[in-house]
Amino acid sequence: MTATLDAPRSKPAPRRTNWEKWGWIYMRASGVVLVVLIFGHLFVNLYAGEGVKAIDFGFVAGKWASPFWQWYDAALLWLALIHGSNGMRTIVNDYSTGPRLNTWLKRAIFVSTVLLILLGTLVIFTFDPCPTGTAADLLPSFCAAR
Amino acid sequence: MSLKSTDSLTPGASGGLPPTQKAGKRFSMPKRPAGTVYRGREGMWSWVLHRITGVAIYFFLLVHILDTALVRVSPEGYNAVMSTYKNPIMGLGELALVAAIGFHALNGLRIILIDFWSVGTRNQRLMFWIVIALWAVLMLGFAPRHLMHIFGG
Ligand code: HEM
Repeated sequence: MTATLDAPRSKPAPRRTNWEKWGWIYMRASGVVLVVLIFGHLFVNLYAGEGVKAIDFGFVAGKWASPFWQWYDAALLWLALIHGSNGMRTIVNDYSTGPRLNTWLKRAIFVSTVLLILLGTLVIFTFDPCPTGTAADLLPSFCAAR
Repeated sequence: MSLKSTDSLTPGASGGLPPTQKAGKRFSMPKRPAGTVYRGREGMWSWVLHRITGVAIYFFLLVHILDTALVRVSPEGYNAVMSTYKNPIMGLGELALVAAIGFHALNGLRIILIDFWSVGTRNQRLMFWIVIALWAVLMLGFAPRHLMHIFGG
């Protein structure tokens, strides 16, 4: 019987990043943070005050005039959309077994995620709570036009 | 390459047999038709609900980012779309959405406990009913107030 040994000092097999594992970890880490962010979001927007009846331009402007709510909502946007998209990727892999459709569905998820994150982030951070030329009664109370 | 969510992340560790048959060997579970992982009871139904609520919330989120983006287009446009969210039918939809998110969030925490807590798996069935109880309390707190906002009380 002959034993074969690896040549000494040969490079070990390259270790590649296990993206599937990091996706798994991301679902759980983002989930814990999302519980806090989403419950706060629903409490302030749907439960406190007049609930959904109170939501209009003035309400949003009142929140996004403050960097706190801008960053709060940006974190919500990024964490929730990436969590949801990665979850949808799992589901596509489970049910869409044809290789072509599988690839295209995941591309569609990826492209829509990137576009919506760009759009949402742009909206939050380029937002003007007191746009000129808007009827004064639509504006929040702190605008000079009121 | 596309992995199914039931595939093992460590190839090789799984041996040749599918998980159901391996489980059958190790724990002498009742024999099931090979090739299915659907075993019923709390474990399966919590997964079904988690998946359905996840998809529902995802599609709402897509729409919600677009409708909120209207604040950047015109205050009048945003207000016009928001007023459609205030009619009774949408109000019931919002109730269903909060119910879905409430379940997904609480059951998500249960999944995390099953994964990381040493006795999580052993207590998964009990934790499922705790999730349902907490969810019911949450909905009893939210539903009357939301319905009052919607139907004006
Ligand atoms: C409220 C806090 C949330 C928690 C604690 C949470 C937790 C989780 C967990 C632990 C998983 C399982 C991941 C896995 O098995 O690897 C998951 C899956 C998923 N989540 Fe969430 N999640 C939350 C919010 C959301 C939101 C806002 C969305 C939608 C945008 C969403 C969409 C999904 C989807 C589509 C899946 C895949 C379901 C499946 O594979 O069956 N989740 N979530």
